[in-house]
Amino acid sequence: MTSVTLNEGLSQISLAFVFIAMAIYTVSFLLFTGHLARRASKDVAVSKRAFNIERIAMTLLIVGSVSHGIGVVLRGIAASRVPWANMYEFSISGSFVIVAIFILSLFFVTDIRIIAVLVNAFVLLVLGAATTSFYVQVKTLMPALQSYWLVIHVTVAVLATSFFNIAAALAVAYLFKTSGWFASRKGKLAGLIRRILDVFPKENRIEKLSYRFNIIGFILWTFTLIAGAIWAERAWHRYWGWDTKEVWTFIIWTIYAGYLHANATRGWSGRRSAWLSLVGFAAVIFNFTIVNLFFKGLHVYSGLK
Amino acid sequence: MASSQRSKYSRGEDVELPELGARGWLRWFWRQLTSMRTALLLLLLLAAAAIPGSIYPQRTADPNGVAQFLDNNAQLGKFLDALQLFDVYTSTWFSAIYILLFFSLIGCVFPRTRVHFDALRAAPPAAPKIFSRMPAHATFKSRRAGLIDMAATVLRKQRYRVVVTGNSVSAERGYLRETGNLIFHLSLIGVLIAVGVGGGLSYSGQRVLVEGETFVDNLTGYDSISPGAFFNESQLVPFKVTLDRFAASFDLKNRTNIGTPLDFKATVTSQVGQDGKPATSVIRVNEPLSLPHANVYLTGNGYAPQITIRDAQGNITFSGATAFLPQDANYTSLGVIKVPDAKTQFGLISFFYPTAAKLSTGALTSQFPAPVNPLLTANVYVGDLGLNSGVPQNVYSLDIKKMKQVAGPTSPIKGLRLAIGQTVKLPGTLGTMTFDGLKRFASLDISYNPGEGWILFFALSALGGLIMSLLIPRRRVWVRKVDGGFEVAALARGDDPTLEKVIEELANEIRQAEND
Ligand code: HEM
Repeated sequence: MTSVTLNEGLSQISLAFVFIAMAIYTVSFLLFTGHLARRASKDVAVSKRAFNIERIAMTLLIVGSVSHGIGVVLRGIAASRVPWANMYEFSISGSFVIVAIFILSLFFVTDIRIIAVLVNAFVLLVLGAATTSFYVQVKTLMPALQSYWLVIHVTVAVLATSFFNIAAALAVAYLFKTSGWFASRKGKLAGLIRRILDVFPKENRIEKLSYRFNIIGFILWTFTLIAGAIWAERAWHRYWGWDTKEVWTFIIWTIYAGYLHANATRGWSGRRSAWLSLVGFAAVIFNFTIVNLFFKGLHVYSGLK
Repeated sequence: MASSQRSKYSRGEDVELPELGARGWLRWFWRQLTSMRTALLLLLLLAAAAIPGSIYPQRTADPNGVAQFLDNNAQLGKFLDALQLFDVYTSTWFSAIYILLFFSLIGCVFPRTRVHFDALRAAPPAAPKIFSRMPAHATFKSRRAGLIDMAATVLRKQRYRVVVTGNSVSAERGYLRETGNLIFHLSLIGVLIAVGVGGGLSYSGQRVLVEGETFVDNLTGYDSISPGAFFNESQLVPFKVTLDRFAASFDLKNRTNIGTPLDFKATVTSQVGQDGKPATSVIRVNEPLSLPHANVYLTGNGYAPQITIRDAQGNITFSGATAFLPQDANYTSLGVIKVPDAKTQFGLISFFYPTAAKLSTGALTSQFPAPVNPLLTANVYVGDLGLNSGVPQNVYSLDIKKMKQVAGPTSPIKGLRLAIGQTVKLPGTLGTMTFDGLKRFASLDISYNPGEGWILFFALSALGGLIMSLLIPRRRVWVRKVDGGFEVAALARGDDPTLEKVIEELANEIRQAEND
């Protein structure tokens, strides 16, 4: 690579599509919450009509994801490369994959529809942080990143993150549902929350779904780790050097390995393993935000000063 | 997952009263160690123990960071050092956790391998008395004779292992799930051993080569080398690498990206053995050169100004290209030149600016990494260079404690400034200095780890085992003839998303087989 044309103008158009997606996601999010509130209504007619709201919200989520996807693709064209070489790009691409995986999963497991509100909220948060704090102008790839492993390693990491994210959303639902606190509490709010929680699938079902998303995530994460080591051998002349990012990739892997064991250990399945799933996902987020921004290491690709 | 199936896997979880005596205690300890819960706790402990290594600088990854930390926080640093917090991943406590984990793993996996080996040859268990106790079950109507044989045929076609006893069929499939699980765990042991042995046999050395220079692979050829514990010099294969050319390209075109490196490319000629054929190849950041038992990586680069120094009589006292270390993204570079052969020993601390420009403060800076307007500056020091003391010296630094500045900000004579081709007079009778030209250097890392292939092999077999063990459903199915039809029940070991469907589909197939 000796000459590349960058197109900051196109990148601004890409940003506009991302903003449009955020606006649509926001409306969708509000409708999803409205849907949940209505589903929880004691009035059967209201509760039934809620499905229409859900349909509109879901349609908007899909429309938003199309705009989001266009934003991601244009960013890639503007930079003449894959759009995930810094934090901003990783955020918009990663959150797009989360939405896409979620929408695709709906074809296979319809009952995760109900956590759309959680996935939507998470994606909005990521995009908010990306556009307000992480935005950088398009740049070329530094030589260490010029490798097809950037495509393989990062794509799989993003996919893994998406599955972990959906599993974590399910784990949150599970923890709410199995919490004795809401079950025993008196009062209007607790009653409402209880009815909202009744709308979610059965505890057992949520637990299993969460487990299934986590195992796919774990397989992908294992691959990410191996691919990272292969790439590190090429780029940094050692396959593993306990660089901060490598450390956190290892930590995440170990936590999820613990999660899988917890699911097979008496006394550890259920709420404890749901908590582990959340701890694992928290580590994923930590790895992406805090480690990128504040920790010293070779993986300094946030692109922020 | 029903806990009744789990108990099969998890051993020693019920706290038992240990027998008395050392043996009893040992057995009790072993049971505890190899229990699932211990494995789980050790895994979580390992995750937690890895965290400090990302917070504090580590000697292996960032030795300068550690030195800096110790300088800035002497008291705290000493304390943390005593806790091995600068060497987390080789510390006793970190090692203790993963060694325990692997003992637990071994103690867990080998007995399970035996059990699985037996299970592979055992018949599926007989049908349960009451089908409705199974997690999935259903009854179907049918009046055909020979139902049981038909069911057996269908199940065999679906690659179940099938046994017919009386009026019922027992079938089991998915043995590969447990096989995969065992492969996965055994591969982890493989990875650990390959990492350990490979690390011991490996070495990693660094060498800075200026264009035109040649590296010969023996211990003296390296600027620095860190060998593994079992490394032996005879492992080095005699080869030579000459840096013919180093090219760097920087973005000049895109406004927001000016000066960003686009490509680093080292063209080298290598020769293996005395009479090997010389081969020309290109080394890039992601494309090392593979030689037998060595990989040559490009890890850094910079400028090497060519300088000639003559004494007052015109005799050359120093001549050559010296690697200057880049200090910023625009390659403002710092170099040291020592002239021990002059009548009075002296040394230069020199800056090189590829594209020199003046800041508003009057200080010089480089505005672009490529040599658009190259400028060399130097301060001159006379006095003992310390080269005769026998203590190895860092070629990139000049110990000025016992030296006197004769040209530079703190002396009457200003520091020197030279463009390419210029000659300037040195202070006093030191002679002259000429900036002849510019070369580039490449920092090469020459390393080899014979364990790498094995590590990759075991890592991939772990991945394969993992996929098998998580995605292949292991299930038992029973079919029994009852009055006016048949019953089907199924039990999964581990997670099985399709257990209910399996029964439906099986019943349909049995009925279809009936119609044929
Ligand atoms: C280096 C330490 C270990 C790691 C990284 C690890 C990792 C894993 C992973 C990722 C799984 C899920 C995939 C699969 O089922 O194959 C798993 C399952 C399992 N592990 Fe480990 N493991 C370790 C140590 C142990 C130890 C010490 C034991 C024995 C006490 C053990 C027993 C099991 C069992 C029985 C399962 C199957 C659980 C099930 O049925 O879902 N593992 N392990």
